[in-house]
Amino acid sequence: MASKPKAPVFESWGRYPKLDVRVEPLFWTDEYPRGTRLPPSVLAVGMGRSYGDVCLLEGGTLLSTLGMDRLLHFEAATGLLRCESGVTLDQILRFAVPRGWFLPVTPGTKYVTVGGAIANDVHGKNHHVAASFGNHVPRFELVRSDGSRAICSVDENPEMYHATIGGMGLTGLITWAEVLLRPIASRKIRYTAIKFSGIDDFLAISGSSRSECTMAWIDCISQGRAFARGIYMQGDYSEVLEPKKASPKPRLSVPFDFPSWALNRTSMRIFNGLYYRKQLRRQVTGLVDYEPFFYPLDSVLHWNRIYGKRGFLQFQCVIPWRYGRDGILAILETIAESGMASFLAVLKVMGEIPSVGLMSFPQPGITLALDIALKPEVTFPLFERLAEMTRELGGRLYPAKDACMTGQQFRSFYPQWEQFAVYRDPAFTSAFWERVTADA
Amino acid sequence: MRRRRSQTESLEERPSEARAARTDRPSRYKRTMPKTVLVLGATSAIAQAWMRLLAPRGASFFLAARNAAHLDSVAKDLATRGATAVYVETADLDDTAGHVALLERAVAALGDVDCALIAHGVLGDQAAGERDFAVAAASLQTNFLSTVSLATWLANYFAAQYRGSLVVISSVAGDRGRKSNYIYGSAKAGMNAFLDGVRNRLDREGVQVLTVRPGFVATPMTAHLPQGPLFATPDAVARDILHAIEHRRDVLYTPWFWRWIMALVRMIPEWKFKRMDL
Repeated sequence: MASKPKAPVFESWGRYPKLDVRVEPLFWTDEYPRGTRLPPSVLAVGMGRSYGDVCLLEGGTLLSTLGMDRLLHFEAATGLLRCESGVTLDQILRFAVPRGWFLPVTPGTKYVTVGGAIANDVHGKNHHVAASFGNHVPRFELVRSDGSRAICSVDENPEMYHATIGGMGLTGLITWAEVLLRPIASRKIRYTAIKFSGIDDFLAISGSSRSECTMAWIDCISQGRAFARGIYMQGDYSEVLEPKKASPKPRLSVPFDFPSWALNRTSMRIFNGLYYRKQLRRQVTGLVDYEPFFYPLDSVLHWNRIYGKRGFLQFQCVIPWRYGRDGILAILETIAESGMASFLAVLKVMGEIPSVGLMSFPQPGITLALDIALKPEVTFPLFERLAEMTRELGGRLYPAKDACMTGQQFRSFYPQWEQFAVYRDPAFTSAFWERVTADA
Repeated sequence: MRRRRSQTESLEERPSEARAARTDRPSRYKRTMPKTVLVLGATSAIAQAWMRLLAPRGASFFLAARNAAHLDSVAKDLATRGATAVYVETADLDDTAGHVALLERAVAALGDVDCALIAHGVLGDQAAGERDFAVAAASLQTNFLSTVSLATWLANYFAAQYRGSLVVISSVAGDRGRKSNYIYGSAKAGMNAFLDGVRNRLDREGVQVLTVRPGFVATPMTAHLPQGPLFATPDAVARDILHAIEHRRDVLYTPWFWRWIMALVRMIPEWKFKRMDL
């Protein structure tokens, strides 16, 4: 009866690459693979907040998990929440915060699903004390394309458990997962912002910080005296007991695509200069709500539209301590010279606690993340250069944010990839995986 | 007069109700927020979204639906979100013979029922129904006759209590028959007329009968259709339904603009309408 189903447009957060995808929504945990006319290749997808092509698949079917959004069990004594994989971190916070619980680890946006957080083994401002998301997921259920369903944990199917965490969704469909929440006394964060004038200053502040959550905004445009200046931000959950309400829904949204010239070298230089000067004193302390502290960008929906229709690329690398300081400096110099950086550049020290995922991105060292608008003739050569520098420095790039790394680079960043490929479900693949394994 | 008195009576009978209601809403809402809820077709997306609004306020639920596994996950969701009690029963609501026993068990489990939501339905295959009466009859059985059966019993139950809300999910498709889905539309049109009558009969008993006429809603029922800007989320529809219950509305178009769209559609003269591609 229906007219021919038109493929809904599905883009990753960076809006590049643009692929012709087909989306099939799932509403129940028992829907896949039963009943569906088994498409040759599939990939589970949640909010599509990863930047590049780990959440895309051309010529196959994306299984949208957003309809699987039920909370299945909550243990108020321990904070253990069992929920379906399409539940977003925003929905968890709405449920948990009024009850005095918070996410154990959160990325810079709450608009990601639990399934996506596991598949990319996301990390947050507390990586140095809490490691990544998968470290707080004791159990989940995995459905494979042959119809088998397995509970995965450290004790049950441990190989599949370790392969699925950080496994980019390639080991099958996660239907539900358990997340161990952490208790909070209030919504507030005791917050300190400290200006730093260069990488050594950053490392000194970072070395003396005892806070649970830390990160730094860094100016990636200015050269000369202002090179690598920034603001170090640290916070701890307030211990003053307070009533905790759920957050209101965001009101602001970017309603249309900005023209591509809106973000240019001059506007970015002005923005970065103003951002650095918004705080006059060297150090500012205060009490802030967790929303602006953890999710400053979530208050504006569709903020990725400011990069225009063409989209943008995100670069995130982690450089091990051995070359950390000089490596980051070299990368920052390359970026500053290109003049392509934007205002969203973040520097953070990653901790020593190992991730439980076989393919997880985090490793001890310094991580740098920033957005770069897509101007094909400049951006791609720059990314090629940065990826190569990362490789030479013994670091790695983050697949969840990548759209450019070559197969060779991927395989040297993640030499365990062949071990991982054994656990990949033959029906599950992604544009990213096809790209980095095509020439293997 | 009688209506007002009966409402006050019911409050006096259950003094804990007003106290139990949470305090972050204007006082007017406390009285009408349903606390004991019967949902038929509880795995429907709109029903789930609506129940999620009530669960954190400690409502008790009796859920009936066909798929036991799906029903189980919906029940767990409501219990986790704070429902006081969740009773479930797997039932094929097309089977009208089982209705009376099912409804009696629901009332026995819940104690009494503040609000009943009838939410089951199928879009059906219009093209197949045009060729084969059996297909059309099955659609009418699900979308119309089973609702009549359930609503008949519930109307009498609420009338005897002098209170309660009977809420039925209909559709804007019932406002005028179109060639693309007139079998479904005619079932909903029958439902609308039936509920108008029940409402007229029960008004003086203090019973609310709410006909919900959603437009396009992004649910499993419509997942195969291309999603346009007119599509609403089940959450938005659920909030409208709760608001309409609290304010004792009769007919709810949701989202609101469908009232005006359908008013225009009904105004088109038939000689013109029959030539349109709708």
